[in-house]
Amino acid sequence: MPPEFSVRVGQALDNERLRRNIRRTMDGLVAKRRQAFPDTDELTVLRRRGKLIRGQALANLPDLLLELEANCERNGIQVHWAETAAEGNALVLDLLRRQGARRVIKGKSMVSEEMGLNHYLEAQGIQAVETDLGEFILQLAGERPSHIIAPAIHKDRGEIAALFAAHFPEYPYTEDIEGLTAIARRIMREHFGQAVAGLSGVNFAIAETGTLCLVENEGNGRLCTTAPDLHIAVCGIEKVIARLDQLPPLLTLLTRSATGQPITTYVNLISGPRREGERDGPREVHLVLLDNGRSRIHRDQQLRATLRCIRCGACMNHCPVYSRLGGHAYGTVYPGPIGSVLEPQIQGLDRQGELAEASSLCGACGEVCPVRIPLPGLLRRLRAEGVGDGPDAGVPGHGSRRKVLHRLIWSLWRQAHAHPPLYWLMTRLATRLRRLLPTGLGPWARTRTPSVIAPRSLHELARAEGFAHE
Amino acid sequence: MPHSARVYFFGTCLIDLIFPQAGLAAMRLLRREGLEVIFPQGQTCCGQPAYNSGYDAAARAVARQQLATFPEDYPILVPSASCAGMMKVQYPKLFAGTADEERALHLAARVHELTDYLARVLDWRRPDLGPPLKVVLHHSCSARREMGVSGAAADLLARLANLEVVEPDHAHECCGFGGTFAVKQPEISAAMAADKAAAILATGARVLVGQDCGCLLNLGGTLAYGLTAKGLTASPRTPDPQAPVVKHIAELLWERTHAP
Amino acid sequence: MNSPAREAILQRLRRRTTGGARPAPENPVRRFDWSPEERLRRFTAALTAVRGEVILVGDDWPACLFSRLQAKGATNLRYAADTALGAELVRAWPDRGAIALIPHDQPIEACRTDLFTATDASLTGCLGGIAETGTLVLWPSIQEPRLISLVPPIHAVVLEADRIRSTFHEFLIEEDWAGRGLPTNALLISGPSKSADIEQTLAYGVHGPKELLVLIREGRAATDPHRNLPRDPTAALAGALA
Repeated sequence: MPPEFSVRVGQALDNERLRRNIRRTMDGLVAKRRQAFPDTDELTVLRRRGKLIRGQALANLPDLLLELEANCERNGIQVHWAETAAEGNALVLDLLRRQGARRVIKGKSMVSEEMGLNHYLEAQGIQAVETDLGEFILQLAGERPSHIIAPAIHKDRGEIAALFAAHFPEYPYTEDIEGLTAIARRIMREHFGQAVAGLSGVNFAIAETGTLCLVENEGNGRLCTTAPDLHIAVCGIEKVIARLDQLPPLLTLLTRSATGQPITTYVNLISGPRREGERDGPREVHLVLLDNGRSRIHRDQQLRATLRCIRCGACMNHCPVYSRLGGHAYGTVYPGPIGSVLEPQIQGLDRQGELAEASSLCGACGEVCPVRIPLPGLLRRLRAEGVGDGPDAGVPGHGSRRKVLHRLIWSLWRQAHAHPPLYWLMTRLATRLRRLLPTGLGPWARTRTPSVIAPRSLHELARAEGFAHE
Repeated sequence: MPHSARVYFFGTCLIDLIFPQAGLAAMRLLRREGLEVIFPQGQTCCGQPAYNSGYDAAARAVARQQLATFPEDYPILVPSASCAGMMKVQYPKLFAGTADEERALHLAARVHELTDYLARVLDWRRPDLGPPLKVVLHHSCSARREMGVSGAAADLLARLANLEVVEPDHAHECCGFGGTFAVKQPEISAAMAADKAAAILATGARVLVGQDCGCLLNLGGTLAYGLTAKGLTASPRTPDPQAPVVKHIAELLWERTHAP
Repeated sequence: MNSPAREAILQRLRRRTTGGARPAPENPVRRFDWSPEERLRRFTAALTAVRGEVILVGDDWPACLFSRLQAKGATNLRYAADTALGAELVRAWPDRGAIALIPHDQPIEACRTDLFTATDASLTGCLGGIAETGTLVLWPSIQEPRLISLVPPIHAVVLEADRIRSTFHEFLIEEDWAGRGLPTNALLISGPSKSADIEQTLAYGVHGPKELLVLIREGRAATDPHRNLPRDPTAALAGALA
């Protein structure tokens, strides 16, 4: 059983090397984003537009999905629907088996991580080869991504050099980044040349034209979706947008928020398999639409905002908690603020509810979200769902974080603060007996000099100084 | 700018029990500007601790008490961006669709964070009677993001001629208080507080000033404890004598401009 | 195709009827009022900032390309034979002995190995450029397939200067991509391949081309905006060549 969140937190905070790597990277990404959006007025307009485009898409989701399906199929893209990760995996396996593929080359896909696809395929005798450089490194290390855009940021060049030396002893040891990249390129060239099946994610699925939009910098995405005979694209159902002309604002929000780039090196708009007479491209393109809890999240008007996410990573880049823990401490596929909102809703508050607590609600995430997801508000809402306050809105694990002791404490707190005579009594006792009170609440006092209660409350001082009370 | 002759003052529960001097200084500042400051004795807490913990019903019950305690059409001045934010931004959500919605909206519309009111409405200006002093200004997350009043604190301090005002490195980052967060996730909170304490110490300022007592409580306690990102600088039991003095901005403004 | 999963998902999504949602407002198209010179300048600045190479050429571009490739040590160049651009290249190529010209006219199944292991450089045309982001717009076709612009380590592109638009959005709207129908794979290329996955430090030529060389030809009259598009019988482009 994986260690508790608190254990992982302790390990992460004690890991100086990790903290240095993460901190340096986050500072860099924060600075790059700031440079990419020099005009705050433009940014305000763009974010509003992004929110509207994504929000309207979600409001029309069932119709847009049908439109997407119809246009994709008209283009020759075969569309499949999967309610659960297990169904999605089975669909992908079936397609690969029919192709006779023993190996599938993969572009970066967080949805495939969510499905646990690689492990599933491996158990079924099919090798999944990551081709994105960061994912390739992690596959060597047997680790999951720690960031949704830059998956291997928790590793420095020394750690990567050691990995390469261990796995590819035929190449001389090097910590030079160009050198390491060249090794990876050479190794992957073979795969690209021979693969019969490729798998990718989807950044935006455009209903109007039946088009899959993929963005990347390396070129491995294009190779995975062009070189093999079979291309399978996996996509969360929330990724659909209505019209092609809505792509430019979302694209610029995505790339600038994620890495500060005005645009990624490659933007691919895929609208079908190889056509009559064309000389390359896959013969079959399949789109697997994955639900995995999204349709349930969609039902709640407030929580639906979770699904606006365009997976830019800005929230975690700006998060004081993420930049100290790194992604692995969260123990989930999606870390950081969006992970803390999404994972409890997918996996249940009983399993991941603590993530919603691991935030000071500082608001840095909500401030930078390109589609204005009110992340702090959603975290707070999930806390309420966790303790079972209010009606059951269908979030799995509703009420599972209710603790008798906490309910008692808040009940007492409520009594003392909702009734002025009780409040008066409490503060009277606290100020008069202050020297007898325990100094500080447990964990608080472990790292802080205890605070002292004042001899007279402000209520008393105000009255003494003659301030009117009505 | 025309202003109301009468204002309510909502002290906040933290100031009430731990930093009453800050509340008193604030009320004195306002009274000196010619306002009649009303401190309803029935006030208790804005309800935020319960609200942020997900105990909406308890939060509503306590918030309802505040709705009843500030009925008149006077501005409500709050010496905390965090509590002001709760009342101004969250009360409308907390009471949406309830019988108290209208009262909540009426109250929310009248709430001002203290420094914002001083700077923007009263255009507070007083000569600086104190000696040259370097202070480090900490902006709470609520001040910066929820209420947008960081500028007001900086403005007010800039009007005191003998003050040198600096900000710590990574000023935009949370200090780690987050109310119950500091108790529920103490290690993460301590790591954030330690980094912020180190940045504050690095400025060389002798006084740490801010708009929110939650942050000041957190940072003051951490600085006195001697915990910084580099580890302990003093033994835990005795407060670190090198630690900067911590003041709410109301206290600083009053002390610097009030001839005893 | 109907499946239980499809029905279940749609049913859950429909339970919360939101109906009558307004479509998102139109985005204003021309956001910038840049002259052709300004567009050229911005395009060049943006592309060179990410290690793209830009050279201004006239009708002598094959000779320019030849000397650049020679300096880079290339020994061959793959190109699309049945295009106007290809014809220009062949006509004016200085020395086929020094740098061989390889017509890319076979299905990938027949030339995969050569393409992946024995091709030093490739040449394509493009639909145009985007000034705001230093981007090339490519619509691969039967004559200029997808992989030719991706696999060889050097990719050279001829761009007509009067085909540089200000923004991506302009391209979409003014050339009515949605109405015309998109090709199998429409591409935006904004530099050589790169990655910052190791310590956030840039490394080039990760999987795609390590070098991108853009030859911008000025001074051509804007007769047919698609003059560099290969003749392509597929339906999507037929109307454009009319």
